[in-house]
Amino acid sequence: MTETSTAATSPATSTATSRTASSGAHGTSPQPPALRFVDVSMVFPDGTHALSETTFDVRPGEFVTVVGPSGCGKSTLLRIASGLNDATTGSVEVDRSSLGYVFQDATLLQWRTVQRNVELLAELEGVPRRERARRAGDAIDLVGLRGAERQYPKQLSGGMKMRASLARSLVLEPSVFLFDEPFGAVDEITRERLNDEVISLFQRKGFAGLFITHSITEAVFLSTRVLVMSARPGHIVGDYRVPFDYPRAPELRFEPAFAELCGEVSHALRGAHS
Amino acid sequence: MTIINSAGVGTDLGMSLTPPDAAVDQFGVAPDRKRRRRLAWSRVLGPVLVFVVFVAVWHWMHTDGMRTLFNRPGFLIPAPETVINDSFVEPRARAALFNGIKWTAYIALIGLAITIVVGMILAIIMAQARAVENSIYPYLVAIQAIPILAIVPVIYSMFGGGLIPRILVCVLISIFPIVTNTLFGLQSADRGQHDLFTLRGANRFTRLVKLQLPAAMPNIFTGFRISAGLSVIGAVVGEQFFRAGSKPGIGIVLESYRQKGIYPQVFGCLILAAGLGIIVFLLFGLLSKVVVGHWHESGRSTR
Repeated sequence: MTETSTAATSPATSTATSRTASSGAHGTSPQPPALRFVDVSMVFPDGTHALSETTFDVRPGEFVTVVGPSGCGKSTLLRIASGLNDATTGSVEVDRSSLGYVFQDATLLQWRTVQRNVELLAELEGVPRRERARRAGDAIDLVGLRGAERQYPKQLSGGMKMRASLARSLVLEPSVFLFDEPFGAVDEITRERLNDEVISLFQRKGFAGLFITHSITEAVFLSTRVLVMSARPGHIVGDYRVPFDYPRAPELRFEPAFAELCGEVSHALRGAHS
Repeated sequence: MTIINSAGVGTDLGMSLTPPDAAVDQFGVAPDRKRRRRLAWSRVLGPVLVFVVFVAVWHWMHTDGMRTLFNRPGFLIPAPETVINDSFVEPRARAALFNGIKWTAYIALIGLAITIVVGMILAIIMAQARAVENSIYPYLVAIQAIPILAIVPVIYSMFGGGLIPRILVCVLISIFPIVTNTLFGLQSADRGQHDLFTLRGANRFTRLVKLQLPAAMPNIFTGFRISAGLSVIGAVVGEQFFRAGSKPGIGIVLESYRQKGIYPQVFGCLILAAGLGIIVFLLFGLLSKVVVGHWHESGRSTR
């Protein structure tokens, strides 16, 4: 089963290798990649073929977004990167000790205040109480939640919950930051604000970002590079460099060059779909 | 039940005894004051009205009801005032009744304490692996299903009479809800929250203490409350089978009055037993509100 489907998708894999050209063009830095997928395939025990021979790098200072239809294995990519799941074949190279991971849901612990939620990961890492309180305070400032430290999750709006979730990951000062469709559930306006927030964090912290979304606008707005993924099994069918400088103003979304790039990505997505 | 829906925060009787949640007020999500006041009224006025109707019907049953409805003499249901007077004013009866309820409460509380400890440990063990859960669960259902009457000879052959078998019966009757609710609660943390702990390499113990147990608190308290009610029933049932002469529970006291045909005190015993049940229920409702009320929608969840 694995054999056949891998063979069937080999043309697509070769499409993915076109990436080498673009990343070669801009990845002139000698730094090793912060995150590297090498021929990663994933077949779940129930036979679902989620990923097929996916290969790509995320370099330090790069913000890569994977955009694709629901159920194309985008999230699986992150689960493999973080070690939550093991790839069926292929390998992942990443330093997991400083990995940030923002989930689809905020996954806050309902019985903890914002402050204590943000402290959680540091607490699990055994960071002393005072030190983690300080770090959590900084992270809370950074995501704009100052004043809400003592609130419980049930008192927060969806956007505020995601901010808390962001802050929680920031506490460990991640060098690689994984985002699994974090803003899928919030309204459009909140999503745009949170996008600004992510960009400002990216600029300030300089992590390598890998962001999953099915919003083309969000993908293009946030990233230095957009990968287009197709479904069943998931594989990369397009690789686009995003040329706009940071910081990116919200108005960027209305510029022709932006729209054009969105169009290209959209076209690639549709091609992958049919 | 409309109380729950309209308030969103308040729920059962236990809630009405607690102050409003200050944290909720502060952030403006609390219901407006007016509605809250109306709710307070419905919580006080409603039960009072029902009580008045109940006493009226009771009184009528004594004067006419028994005769007209069942063609039986009215003294079989003594008037409320007679019950109060003969059971709680008359000193000897009062002493007997309160001695009875004291022993029942004693057994119920010891039984409940054991139930809580054993039940929670059992649930935590069961939560460790599906295989363990599957192995133990059928026997819990069995304990729940077997009539206590059937196990009495077994218990008797081991312990004879006395307090211990009464406590044991109490535990057997009340343990099921604690285990099931705690287990359900321990399994209620969502996958994302577990992933979070997995990512940081948390061990079983950390996961239990920092994730599963706190997540389970609302369910655990639900279990406490249901089991607390059952422990009172268990204490009364237990004393029926294992009569320890010098330590009669309220059930024994009731039975002895019934045999002598003294009905007012029989009803007095009923009132005391019911009162004990209500107090225990309220106590755990209050405790639940204090412990989880600030983060959970309510101290209550599904039964």
